[in-house]
Amino acid sequence: MTLRLTKIAIFLAALIPLARLAWKALHDGLGANPIEVITHSTGDWTLILILTTLSITPLRRITHQYWLIGVRRMIGLFAFFYGTLHFLTYIWLDKFFDIHEMLKDIAKRPFITVGFSAFVLMIPLAMTSTAWSIRRLGGKNWQRLHRLIYVTAILGVVHYTWLVKADLHKPIEYGIVLSILLLYRVGVWASEKRKQRATSMPLRSRV
Amino acid sequence: MLIKKPEAISSSEITPQTTYLNRRNFIAGAAIAGAATVTGVAFRHLADPAFTARANTKIDGLQKSPFSTTENETPYKDVTNYNNFYEFSTDKYEPANLAKNFKTRPWTVTIDGEVKKKQVLDVDTIIKMAAPEERIYRHRCVEGWSIVVPWIGFSLSELIKRADPLPKAKFVEFTTLFDLKQMPGQRTSVLQWPYVEGLRMDEAMHPLTLLCFGMYGEVLPNQDGAPLRMVIPWKYGFKSAKSIVRIRFTKDQPLNTWQESAPREYGFYSNVNPNVDHPRWSQAKERRLGEFLKRPTLMFNGYDQVASLYSGMDLKKNF
Repeated sequence: MTLRLTKIAIFLAALIPLARLAWKALHDGLGANPIEVITHSTGDWTLILILTTLSITPLRRITHQYWLIGVRRMIGLFAFFYGTLHFLTYIWLDKFFDIHEMLKDIAKRPFITVGFSAFVLMIPLAMTSTAWSIRRLGGKNWQRLHRLIYVTAILGVVHYTWLVKADLHKPIEYGIVLSILLLYRVGVWASEKRKQRATSMPLRSRV
Repeated sequence: MLIKKPEAISSSEITPQTTYLNRRNFIAGAAIAGAATVTGVAFRHLADPAFTARANTKIDGLQKSPFSTTENETPYKDVTNYNNFYEFSTDKYEPANLAKNFKTRPWTVTIDGEVKKKQVLDVDTIIKMAAPEERIYRHRCVEGWSIVVPWIGFSLSELIKRADPLPKAKFVEFTTLFDLKQMPGQRTSVLQWPYVEGLRMDEAMHPLTLLCFGMYGEVLPNQDGAPLRMVIPWKYGFKSAKSIVRIRFTKDQPLNTWQESAPREYGFYSNVNPNVDHPRWSQAKERRLGEFLKRPTLMFNGYDQVASLYSGMDLKKNF
């Protein structure tokens, strides 16, 4: 019951950035370059939400709040939602559906190539987010597929780093958070490996 | 029972007459001093140009210029709230607020290098060198947006002629104020401070090259580069140095700040050129602030009269 309420609260909270943009758009609050503001804001929130989903597992283990897994899918889907808005802003508001121009961009501009890849890799994850898909794929395969989120996250931070003109402040902040989250996983993986090796060693040599 | 009647006034509370008179003197003195201070401050407010030469002060006697475009001017609100002025912040929406108390008077500009007479000029002396003109120019940022601004100033050549550079002076270098107290962005190492820009002598002497101290009929707002800036309409915006404190004539090509920061991405010339992309993004189109669809970017930002300055030069190499 409380999880249900938490989920509703998170659902509404995740809509706040979009609501704020809409409010500002209707009240002449997006400043001199509204399209730039929309692009940056949706991009920022995509990254923030990706990093949030990646922090669920470490948070669960450290704080023993195991219910957190129950909100991860929704946050992940919201990351995809803002990623889609970010992508739509690019193809609609920025390029105005100029396919030729966009293809040239994707081929020529590393930061667009990387950003585009990051977005495309999120599509299978969003599509297989249902319980039915997990059953269908089997837990192991599903988990393997969803490790793509690591690639998306890394590409997302690279995308941001490559597009800024000189001030690397914010991309570096995202990079640090992502590094911590990835290092945590490397640490867990290494310690599990060690345990495995220890248990699989023949008795004699363990003496 | 003995009940002691308190004395009406205890002796300790009686002030000796001399002290009493001293106190009177003191109060009178304080009043005089106070009045003097107030007068002084008021006088300073009236006399100090810092309080008179602020933005929103009209500039009179503006002459029209044949160089002006008839395109729609970008709203004042946008030009004063969307500023690339890294000395204050890398966030374009912040300089408007961070530059609010920036002191533009007293302000001097050092003129040195390869000139007959090195000198330090008061900015108000420079501003009075020639009649102010209104020039409505297109202004294209290297980031891919553009504005149309009614700048106020006169051709830089007016100042150069008076400065009398030596024949060996081949370039002009502009330096922006370095002041950690007033310009918080300079506390970060986003760029090398102070900001330096430069022009070849023939570019600097071109009549389009504007020494600017106002816009929209008024004194230049702080966030737009007060009290004195360059406006070179056929080059990307970053070539137009702001809040200039030094104009130096040199034999060698100056190393401008953005080139120093990323030589692969920003060159010395930085002419607006739709055919030469920034390594990371296309320069073929631009978004005019206030418009939804992008418009094609014009060669030299539409100022074809400068093309002869670069005849025979490979503009892909000299980007």
